[in-house]
Amino acid sequence: MEKINIESTPKTPSINFDFEKGVLEIKGRSIPENSIEFYKPIVESLEKYGSAPSSVTTVNIQLEYFNTSSSKCILDVFKKLENIHKGGNQLVINWYYEQDDEDMLEAGEDYQAIINVPFKMIQMEE
Amino acid sequence: MFPQSKINPEKNRPMMLDIYDFYDKMERNNILLSFKGDITSELLTSILQIMESKLENLQEEPKVKKKVYNVLVECLQNLYHHMGEMDAAQNEKNRSAIFMIGKLETHYNIITGNYIRNENMDGLKARLDEVNNLTQIELKEYYKKVLANGEMSAKGGGGLGMIDIARKTGEKLNYNFMPVDDKYSFFSLNIKIS
Repeated sequence: MEKINIESTPKTPSINFDFEKGVLEIKGRSIPENSIEFYKPIVESLEKYGSAPSSVTTVNIQLEYFNTSSSKCILDVFKKLENIHKGGNQLVINWYYEQDDEDMLEAGEDYQAIINVPFKMIQMEE
Repeated sequence: MFPQSKINPEKNRPMMLDIYDFYDKMERNNILLSFKGDITSELLTSILQIMESKLENLQEEPKVKKKVYNVLVECLQNLYHHMGEMDAAQNEKNRSAIFMIGKLETHYNIITGNYIRNENMDGLKARLDEVNNLTQIELKEYYKKVLANGEMSAKGGGGLGMIDIARKTGEKLNYNFMPVDDKYSFFSLNIKIS
């Protein structure tokens, strides 16, 4: 599978997916008006990746802002990851948030409550 | 009759008074930015960029800056998605909206206004009242429930916007419907962020 490297824009995050290493990174801000269109390729490639995942998958989510339209798509991404984890593969979601950004920490905890995958909340120093 | 090209100073005077009236009202409410017209994706990109640098210049603490920015995104995208739902065949007037962002001493105000079909009024009102009747803890649970189970519309709006705004601001959604004619009302929303 080809690596995915999507550069960030003012409204969309950068996405890097290295299938061989099993590392998925979503970084930046996610506030597009149409988030389904943006996340579709990621959800689809995770579907493919899920058929033969790396023995360990690491997911790094480092978002500065995300809108409610993205929050549903991020959940779709996490549901794909949940399936991979359910299949007996080691997987962790690292949820990064800036110091004092309680809203971002809470958002991570919301996902943690919904998705049955190990989450790690990581506070970043300013 | 005067030829059209001739400027009639008397006729222009009321407009001049109006603009000062606008200015004065905006000054008193410390409006940082206001817009009236069609809400496009490009417009939102520009507005968000402008507001981000304004918040930067105001040296607002990061926490407040983030909250204002987040809530602004939700408010403006609500307008954007609502415009998309309005019938394209409708006249320009009904497809246009207004928004203002003001900064008072203790808090920010985000005010939006748009036309809404009368038949959709009760549904929206019920949704807003439902959100307004919940405590912060209930809002968190409600958000998770809608996120996990809610259906998503084609463009991605899934009814989470208002819940998110109420949750992030910790304030009630202050709204109003003003009857316009037998088809439309004007819906306004005033969000306070402190």
